[in-house]
Amino acid sequence: MALRATYREAAGVTVVDIGGRITLGEGSALLRKTIRELLEDQRTLILLNLADVDYIDSSGIGELVSAYTGVKNRGGSLKLLHLTKKVHDLLQLTKLFTVFEVYSDETSALRSYR
Amino acid sequence: MSEDSKHLEITLETQVESVNLAEEMCLRVAEAAGFGEDDCYRIGMSVREGVINAFHYGNEERPEKKIHLALDLTPEKMIIRVLDEGKGFELSSVPNPLAEENLLSTSGRGIFLMRAFMDEFEVVPGRTGGAEIIMSKKLPLSGNSGTNGKSGQGAAPKKKA
Repeated sequence: MALRATYREAAGVTVVDIGGRITLGEGSALLRKTIRELLEDQRTLILLNLADVDYIDSSGIGELVSAYTGVKNRGGSLKLLHLTKKVHDLLQLTKLFTVFEVYSDETSALRSYR
Repeated sequence: MSEDSKHLEITLETQVESVNLAEEMCLRVAEAAGFGEDDCYRIGMSVREGVINAFHYGNEERPEKKIHLALDLTPEKMIIRVLDEGKGFELSSVPNPLAEENLLSTSGRGIFLMRAFMDEFEVVPGRTGGAEIIMSKKLPLSGNSGTNGKSGQGAAPKKKA
């Protein structure tokens, strides 16, 4: 399934709702483009809602890391919300759970930016 | 290779679409061989990563080069080989993506994932140059009666001549 991404504002944070597969090619490219657009728009508090992302490969992981460092370098913060089991297990396996802040409910995630 | 073994091979173009094609093909074979959903995911991901490795690092995304994918299904295991037409590489030279200094690297996790998801994994010099990834997964103990209810639907590879 192709990746899709839309974003909305909530409590001063840009929540990006993503669905599909973040993989080599269009999926990774769309995530990169979305983050670039948000940074150009000076939106640096970003919460990626991955509830509907059922698959990520190494290219997708690389894109998530790139988004994380890109936002951080602009003085912002990128966090993750609602990981599916496969994505959760993959981040655990690759030790990226020690890098990303991960939340399972949106209210707590939004509160963490204050 | 014994009479009970089956063999399938395909030559792929060095392009992004080959990654999905290889994954889908191997998933069909894995399902037909009786692997459950979790193992199919691991096999599919490993094939993706093997072909991404050949596409990006081995063939350096050069369209005149090919990626050679071969599957062998023996009574014991499914063996996957991915051969590129690049310069080859030493497994020992691949950085550990779990090392503190590499955690924020945006690449270099493919080999790690294949090693984690498959039962056996090695990289050897290809017969005609390049690197060949050879990895395998043991067939489910229950033989060919899959745990995901999707086995045996016309996706079995051809018997080797």
